[in-house]
Amino acid sequence: MKGIDSIKLVAFFDRAMNLHSSILFYEKSKYLVRKIEDKPINLIIMRGGFLLISFKNVTKKFGDFIAVNNLTVDFKSGETVVLIGPSGCGKTTTLRMINRLIEPTGGSIYVNDVDTSKIDPVELRRNMGYVIQQIGLFPHMSIAQNVGLVPYLKDWDASKRKERVEELLEFVGMSPSKFYDRYPNELSGGQQQRIGVARALAADPEIILMDEPFGALDPITRATLQDELLQMQDKLGKTIIFVTHDMDEALKLADKIAIMKDGEVLQFDSPEYILRNPANEFVEDFIGKDRLLKRPEYINVKDIMIKNPVSIRPERTLTQALEKMRLHKVDSLMVIDESGNFIGLATSNDVLENFGNGKTVSEIISTEFTHVTEGANVSQVLSIMAQEQVGYIPVLDDNNNLSGLITRSSLVNVLGRS
Amino acid sequence: MELLNYVLNNPDNIIRLLIEHLQITGTAIITAIVIGVPLGIIITRYKRLANPILAIANIFQTIPSIAFFGILIPFMGIGKKTAILVLFLYALLPIVKNTFTGINEVSPSMIDAGRGMGMTNFQILRMVELPQSLAVIMAGVRIATVINIGTTTIAAYIGAGGLGELIFIGIQLYRNEMILAGAIPAALLAVLADKLLGYVEFKLTPKGLKNKK
Repeated sequence: MKGIDSIKLVAFFDRAMNLHSSILFYEKSKYLVRKIEDKPINLIIMRGGFLLISFKNVTKKFGDFIAVNNLTVDFKSGETVVLIGPSGCGKTTTLRMINRLIEPTGGSIYVNDVDTSKIDPVELRRNMGYVIQQIGLFPHMSIAQNVGLVPYLKDWDASKRKERVEELLEFVGMSPSKFYDRYPNELSGGQQQRIGVARALAADPEIILMDEPFGALDPITRATLQDELLQMQDKLGKTIIFVTHDMDEALKLADKIAIMKDGEVLQFDSPEYILRNPANEFVEDFIGKDRLLKRPEYINVKDIMIKNPVSIRPERTLTQALEKMRLHKVDSLMVIDESGNFIGLATSNDVLENFGNGKTVSEIISTEFTHVTEGANVSQVLSIMAQEQVGYIPVLDDNNNLSGLITRSSLVNVLGRS
Repeated sequence: MELLNYVLNNPDNIIRLLIEHLQITGTAIITAIVIGVPLGIIITRYKRLANPILAIANIFQTIPSIAFFGILIPFMGIGKKTAILVLFLYALLPIVKNTFTGINEVSPSMIDAGRGMGMTNFQILRMVELPQSLAVIMAGVRIATVINIGTTTIAAYIGAGGLGELIFIGIQLYRNEMILAGAIPAALLAVLADKLLGYVEFKLTPKGLKNKK
């Protein structure tokens, strides 16, 4: 964690210093990082804090065709933003306008408050990582040459370049001794795209643009690379703009998703929010109505809990408790007081063990229980159940009142439906 | 036997003509490369020029060599200069066309990757397009060279010199050994040039592009 914070801190300092100058990007000084790493500075707040890329009324026309229509949107620093939509929706155009591979017809794009149209496009591109679909690697260059390309263009000296290339190969999990002098056609598709990602990271850019980078890979390799990207993002905290047409990929990778159609952003929000509150019917159709149920982390406990679990007052006798269990065919009872406060559980084992010695329910309840709040999601519930080896979890509201119960069978019902 | 005698009696002459032959072909080819490759590159940038220029080069190629010499003699007289000009024009088409095709066939995603990495236009040409089309360009040079070695033989007819001289004189004098002393080296030269340039082509092909199925 310390590593990320220091990098972010450097970025912060540099940005603060350069905000009003024409110098747009920072070159991370290793010296500075090391100096900061010695001190435990908590800068978690940095993540997602900064406005980095800002579209202001951006329009792009190809002849009469409006690819991007009056787009105004801000991408924050350290976030992975996924642009998604049907083909022709303008997502790739939007991406390519960021590094000026496509020039907007109208409007401006700012990076750290600097209008990109005022920056030399070559310089701009050398300071942004770019990963393209399929064979973005140069087949006539060795792996080392491919990865070290941007440093070469930026005139780094050879030894520094070599060091960086080896570091990056290591980082993407490809042994430098084995791959340094190999050529792209000797690698598998997954390995090639790993090199593509390493190449984009070479000059340590703050922004990385990815245009359907995993689109041509088989599903298993794709999933692996997505996981690796997430891990990488945890370590580096780059600002990634990622174009895809695969909703699962978007949900997996995105901090924010921008759903586009006909050159406009229909909805721009966190995946969770979009899944819960699709802006309109198109978005709903596009995400797919069944997706909400497929993904346990988007199912609210409140929506699937048993609303009126069998409960009992603490002052009742064990006989009454046992009778209630029989009647409702359950093996444990929720114990609540008059005002509905949850006190604990009475299981059939506890009841039977103490049966006949005249105790009341209050004396045998187990108060060591795990509960969840109404806002919890099914994914959390599943992991609690697995960890604690319990078959049911009470759901409490904000006032500690019992509002429901989640049981294994209620989960199976919900998850099985999708 | 007569051939062997002739060769042994006139080694200087044969070698002189061989060198002359190479000079004529070489000058024409090198000029054609120097002019043709940039021309080929230019027409990939200005696509409107591509068709007219390739059409003109194509016409040069279509004219029979003897006729071509004939057309130019009234203006340039006979001799080496005329021969080299014709040979140069012949070599132009394969070189321009292959340069144009080679660069055009570089996948747009490669150019896009290069541009996206922050290459300048010249860097894209030097680091992406030329390396990837080098083999195709070299194939054009190879074809042009082999054709030109053959056509240079005919150029002896207009007094350009080269191995063709032995063949033409031999025909006039009914001396087979003389004909063969010109024809065999000329043929060998063409075959050798082809092999040599094939090797160069292979060597120039970047390692990562070799052995691709």
